[in-house]
Amino acid sequence: MHLILFIVFAGFCLAGAINLLLQSHPINSALSLIVVMTSLAVLYLLLGAEFLAAAQVIVYAGAIMVLFTFVVMLLNAGREERTLGSHAARMVGFPAVAVILGVLATVILKAQGLGVAGLQDGITSTADLSRVLFTELLLPFEVTSVLILIAILGAVALARHGDGERTAGK
Amino acid sequence: MSSLFSQEVPISWYLLLSAVLFSLGVIGFLIKRNLITVFMSIELMLNAVNLSFVTFAHEWHAVKGQIFVFFVMMVAAAEAAVGLAIIIAVFRARATLAVDRIDLMKL
Repeated sequence: MHLILFIVFAGFCLAGAINLLLQSHPINSALSLIVVMTSLAVLYLLLGAEFLAAAQVIVYAGAIMVLFTFVVMLLNAGREERTLGSHAARMVGFPAVAVILGVLATVILKAQGLGVAGLQDGITSTADLSRVLFTELLLPFEVTSVLILIAILGAVALARHGDGERTAGK
Repeated sequence: MSSLFSQEVPISWYLLLSAVLFSLGVIGFLIKRNLITVFMSIELMLNAVNLSFVTFAHEWHAVKGQIFVFFVMMVAAAEAAVGLAIIIAVFRARATLAVDRIDLMKL
């Protein structure tokens, strides 16, 4: 069962990622990215990360992608025009991608002692996760909330219509 | 058929999937010509790395690996909010989303 679920949702993942590259309209790319993120949530569940599966659906497939589709619709982004891209991307970028993938695949396939994942493996419960998060890692958690606050303020300041100096000058 | 149902998946398959997704994200970063889809490719790379974090957390029964993914998600949410605000500001200034025309800082 684990194998079948893995193959199905890994297939969805790869198909969505390839479709993201092939589509020329941003809204289609955004929708295929939602497919990728939702199937990743199923893979997290297979690996026993129940809280992260829920957070993946809510935060990534929900909140972040709603933000993306909002911006695509707000800016009325049309079809992108295909160009060849920069010279550096063709000369350095694509060989670099091939090298990265080759090195990673070699390292992963040669690694010794990696186990298997099955349905009988235990699930990390949300209680276990939050016990560590709210005792050992309380300070990083609180610092991240400050980061989120700063990000909200920065997003509002950046996206606000017309900056203060211009309106003061008029 | 019952052997197919009770089959287990090697951890390395998850890691390979993560590596392939990351490479697809890098390729998308290089070939996409729209600012928003370039940004989506970055999100794809973040997700690929998250998958390998969760895989290793499962392999070594380490809860902190999953908590790291939680932090990555929070930072990604902040990054998406600020990044999309920057994209809106760029669109307002240049009236285009094509990365070929937003090349003021190019050498």
